[in-house]
Amino acid sequence: MSDLTLPELVEIMRECAGEDESAGDSGGNIGDVDLEHLGYDSLALMEAAAAVKRTHRVQLADDALAEVRTLNQFVTAVNAASTAGR
Amino acid sequence: MTTAVVTGLGVVAPNGLGAEAFWSASLRGQDAIRSIRRFDVSSYPSKLAGEVHDFEASRHVPSRLIPQTDRMTQFALAAADWAIADSSVDTALSSQLEMGVITASASGGFDFGQRELQHLWHDGPDHVSAYMSFAWFYAVNTGQISIRHDLRGPTGVFVAEQAGGLVALDHARRVIRGGTSLVLAGGMDSSLGPYGMAAQVAGGQLSTRDDPAHAYLPFDRDATGHVPGEGGAILLVEDERRALARDARIYGEIAGYGSTFDPRPDSGRPSNLRRAIEVALADAGLTTADIAVVFADAAGAAELDRVEAHTLVELFGPHGVPVTAPKTMIGRLYSGGAPLDVVLALLALRAGVIPPTTRVTPGYDIDLVRGEPRPFTGTAALVLARGHHGFNSALVVRSRGKEDR
Repeated sequence: MSDLTLPELVEIMRECAGEDESAGDSGGNIGDVDLEHLGYDSLALMEAAAAVKRTHRVQLADDALAEVRTLNQFVTAVNAASTAGR
Repeated sequence: MTTAVVTGLGVVAPNGLGAEAFWSASLRGQDAIRSIRRFDVSSYPSKLAGEVHDFEASRHVPSRLIPQTDRMTQFALAAADWAIADSSVDTALSSQLEMGVITASASGGFDFGQRELQHLWHDGPDHVSAYMSFAWFYAVNTGQISIRHDLRGPTGVFVAEQAGGLVALDHARRVIRGGTSLVLAGGMDSSLGPYGMAAQVAGGQLSTRDDPAHAYLPFDRDATGHVPGEGGAILLVEDERRALARDARIYGEIAGYGSTFDPRPDSGRPSNLRRAIEVALADAGLTTADIAVVFADAAGAAELDRVEAHTLVELFGPHGVPVTAPKTMIGRLYSGGAPLDVVLALLALRAGVIPPTTRVTPGYDIDLVRGEPRPFTGTAALVLARGHHGFNSALVVRSRGKEDR
């Protein structure tokens, strides 16, 4: 399974938690914006984690998910878990 | 005593989105009962409903909230937005703790629940939305409205089937008397999907006629049950002093309320509907002579219709007060039904015209406003709502002229 990319994650977030309303304000660095500023709460992250589990067959542990604050951190955590699982 | 007034109306109805569209459709007698479109209803014994066809969630609800909300919550969020806009209130000017949300829901998010149960059984637990944790829940409309507008004062949810919407409006009045400055209050329901309709069919109250002209005929000797609908109303209820201070338009006052519960069906004792009306009138400081129009519960079932008609005849005399049931155009909307009647009652008092009941030939000694709107004069209206299994609620609304303040 290929690594998760930021654009893929952005698309997943849109599908499962709605269009981001403040992405336009993030100057293009959406991956480093605090998720709270993007309006994504913990349930949105759970939705995204469930979607990634289905599409990339990688399961993030709950404590790893709890530490995620940005989309880039989410991508890094998923790909680290994926590497560890290989 | 603090007066609770209505200063904003938010409506989602099968025959009109928004209070103005709903009001004009109701005056025209615009029927919205049709064969259900949203799924193949051919195997169901009841095939008709008052569906809302022109509500596009993406136009009325922030996209972030769409994946986490059932249709009834999308209705409620839109109606709450419209009520706030209609009232011209600026919620940023009040303490969050002085503003509340009190809604009624009879069934919760059936469509959302059905979809996620299908995911569970078809694809497995990993495919169930995390939002299932609250999106199906009957209390979710109050929660989502509270979060969206940052209203952190008194909140609550009432479940009393069709009576619930009146309970919520009365409770809004109570918390305003307790010091809350404004409350978004009302009720919203939508359960016309395959699962929702299956549950309603099992309830045994639905008409099984396929002809929209003969399916829901309250007070008619030919009544055979009701047709369900979806939607409802959220009203902005406000402390009158505050409304006057900001020079708000005031639709009218929530002036009185009464609720009772019926005895066991096998007890042989009569319904307590009459007492609910008497309590509401006493609460408003009014008598039957002050009531200019009654918006009936209009169950569409022989025994319930008989009880309501006889109660009105006992209290007001034969043909003693104009009675109307505009819900014949849209069906029974459960917790959304009575708040829509309250909207019509307030607008009727302002306009001096009563929206009609459609299609019915009354079989009782009541003065049913039929076919055409009827001009009238008066300052108070009585709205009745009964919930399945014995809930009776009565609410009095009164217009607020300058002379009343």
